Amino acid sequence: MKDVDNWYYSDSVKKHFFHPKNFLNDDPRGREFDTVGEIGSVACGDIMKMWIKVDPKTERIRKLKWRTFGCATAIASTSAFSEIVTEKGGMKIDDALKITPQDIIKRLGGLPPRKMHCSVLADQAFKEAIKNYRS
Amino acid sequence: MKKRIYLDHAATTYLDPRVKKAMERCWSDDFGNPSTIYHEGRKAKRDIEESRKIIAGIIRSHPDEIIFTSGGTESNNLAIFGSANKYKKGHIITTKFEHHSVLNPIKFLEKNGFNVTYLDVGKDGIVEPHNVERELRPETILVSIIYANNEIGTIQPIPEIGKVIKDFREAHLEALLLSGSKASKWAVFHTDACQATGYLDMDVEKLGVDMMTVNGSKVYGPKGIGFLYVKRGVKLIPVMYGGEQENKLRPGTENVPAIVGLTEAIKIADKEKKEEMKRLTALRDYFIGRLIKEIPNVFLNGHPQKRLPNNINVSIMGVEGESTVLYLDNFGVSCSTGSACTSDSLEPSHVIMALGKDYEYGHGSIRFSLGKVNKKSDIDYVMKILPNIVKKLRLISAIK
Repeated sequence: MKDVDNWYYSDSVKKHFFHPKNFLNDDPRGREFDTVGEIGSVACGDIMKMWIKVDPKTERIRKLKWRTFGCATAIASTSAFSEIVTEKGGMKIDDALKITPQDIIKRLGGLPPRKMHCSVLADQAFKEAIKNYRS
Repeated sequence: MKKRIYLDHAATTYLDPRVKKAMERCWSDDFGNPSTIYHEGRKAKRDIEESRKIIAGIIRSHPDEIIFTSGGTESNNLAIFGSANKYKKGHIITTKFEHHSVLNPIKFLEKNGFNVTYLDVGKDGIVEPHNVERELRPETILVSIIYANNEIGTIQPIPEIGKVIKDFREAHLEALLLSGSKASKWAVFHTDACQATGYLDMDVEKLGVDMMTVNGSKVYGPKGIGFLYVKRGVKLIPVMYGGEQENKLRPGTENVPAIVGLTEAIKIADKEKKEEMKRLTALRDYFIGRLIKEIPNVFLNGHPQKRLPNNINVSIMGVEGESTVLYLDNFGVSCSTGSACTSDSLEPSHVIMALGKDYEYGHGSIRFSLGKVNKKSDIDYVMKILPNIVKKLRLISAIK
């Protein structure tokens, strides 16, 4: 029974799906975040929104929170992305902008090919937020 | 392993133990090839012909009108391509929410020169017979309408549609006779009854159908077996060539154990459907009532009464169906988004979209289908865990 007890996705996807990290629990208050970005549409079945707080001096990401409507991999890839950019004192914006969908997929221990686009959305939502931050 | 609660009987069913028992002797004892003339072959032949007679008795057809196939998909393909091969061109009527094994063959024909009308199914998921009437043309070769929809369980008015088609033919009989063509077009009426078999009236005379698809794996029978009822006089050109089995319409050595199993399953369904229908209807309505009352922003898809007694299909707003299915799976509950055949696709359910609803309804739809093993306590368990799952997924969701 080993095969069926192995989950449909990788263990890492499972962990991020059932215990997502850094999702935005309560609606943001006042100036809690510096910027927000959104990507996706209901038509395609995935919507991601990211809220970011940046340290103005170091340009490091101090806080990144998200909300996602979508399938398991959409949720897991946003959660994994949020971990990558906030761990070890937070990434610098310019470094975080270089994160590719492949980096997220690697972090998740792989994704089925038809689900690859979900991870593309996480980095896109981030880029949207930074575009808004810098404009 | 943890106890599982199986709520996906529309995807497939377990074998009824009585079916398994009936099949047992066919594997190693009565294993002959029905096309041979010696003892073992004669015995196998008798098994098939007995099965054909029993099924014919239940659906009120002639035994030679039953063509055994490998299941629903093959039966639908045989009905559609068999007609298309015969007429070469013409007009086909179907609905927007057929199973993919009807929709995709017809789309293929459309690409290859056939004209196709895809009927609307309204917001309740039911085809209006007068809409069929309006679309019938002298060049219509085939009308294919599902008996009960596989995702939302809505039951189509097949006898009324059958009547509309019969009236149309009679009105055009004279024109047909005058044309003198041997290949006169004759709006053959096909229905896919895979989901209906276990619960609804299967009398082909009452239904007024010329072809009907049935399969084993939705009625506690074996997988890989089904049949196509083909009324005498309906001309099909086969889609596969080989031996002369099954009225020269379906070559290949017959799957005798599965045919015997299918027959037993249909026999049991016929005998027990009335009671089971009553029991499941009450359970279904109890489930739907609680879903709508206890979870905010949940909407039933399809007509509340004119649906299969085992089908519950709801859209849970703000939450994507696959996520709900996987959370429920983690709690030991099996159910589906839309149909199992499309869970590999990223498109929203074409059935929910055919009801004229927004994308959010399509992506948020989830189907529970009840069956023999289910009890009220199963529903109570789902209602204990589902509201919290939805609450959590809505908390994460970017749609509020």
